[in-house]
Amino acid sequence: MSVAFMPEWAAVVIAILAVSGAGLSLLGAVGLVRLSSFYERVHAPTLGATLGMALILVASWLYFGTAHGRWLPRELLIAVFLTVTTPVTLILLARAALFRDRTEQPEPGEKPAPMDGDRPEG
Amino acid sequence: MSARILEGGLTAALILMGLALIGATFRIIRGPRAQDRILGMDALYLNGMLIAVVFGMRSDSDLYFEAALVIGMLGFAATVALAKFLMRGEVIE
Repeated sequence: MSVAFMPEWAAVVIAILAVSGAGLSLLGAVGLVRLSSFYERVHAPTLGATLGMALILVASWLYFGTAHGRWLPRELLIAVFLTVTTPVTLILLARAALFRDRTEQPEPGEKPAPMDGDRPEG
Repeated sequence: MSARILEGGLTAALILMGLALIGATFRIIRGPRAQDRILGMDALYLNGMLIAVVFGMRSDSDLYFEAALVIGMLGFAATVALAKFLMRGEVIE
């Protein structure tokens, strides 16, 4: 393993960005483990998918910019793609889970959330 | 000095991401239902992609960026296909 030469302030900023992004991802994973029902758990990994991803990609952009003088916004590709696709996948997954909870008998502890248009009249 | 700061910070970030992978794997194994496993797999894809980016920085190589891009796209396709399978019972109608 070898990292390139760069000024110290850039190294400190990159290390802080990478560690905080990874810490946010870990926090999301802890939520994925600890929360009790599916509809709570589906929120947890989005911590890493939004801010954690952004911090790590900014760190990567800064690294390759300061170390090699390549200030190409390549990381923007991943950022835009993830920002567009993460809500789509999670909404599809949550709708599939709602569908399954309605058609089958829900397990104890898995409380199906009410959906719009499904509230009792009056 | 800056190399040592970078090595230490990026190694710490890799360790944290590895712990996040363990959490996602726990959710895949434990369940309790299929949608929880798919959610864990989505988190696993995401964390694996971020690990590829951090590892590319740590080894000072450009090659891991394309790998991260491909992993992100595969994760999207896989999760959408599995969610559709849960919804309908088949992927392509």
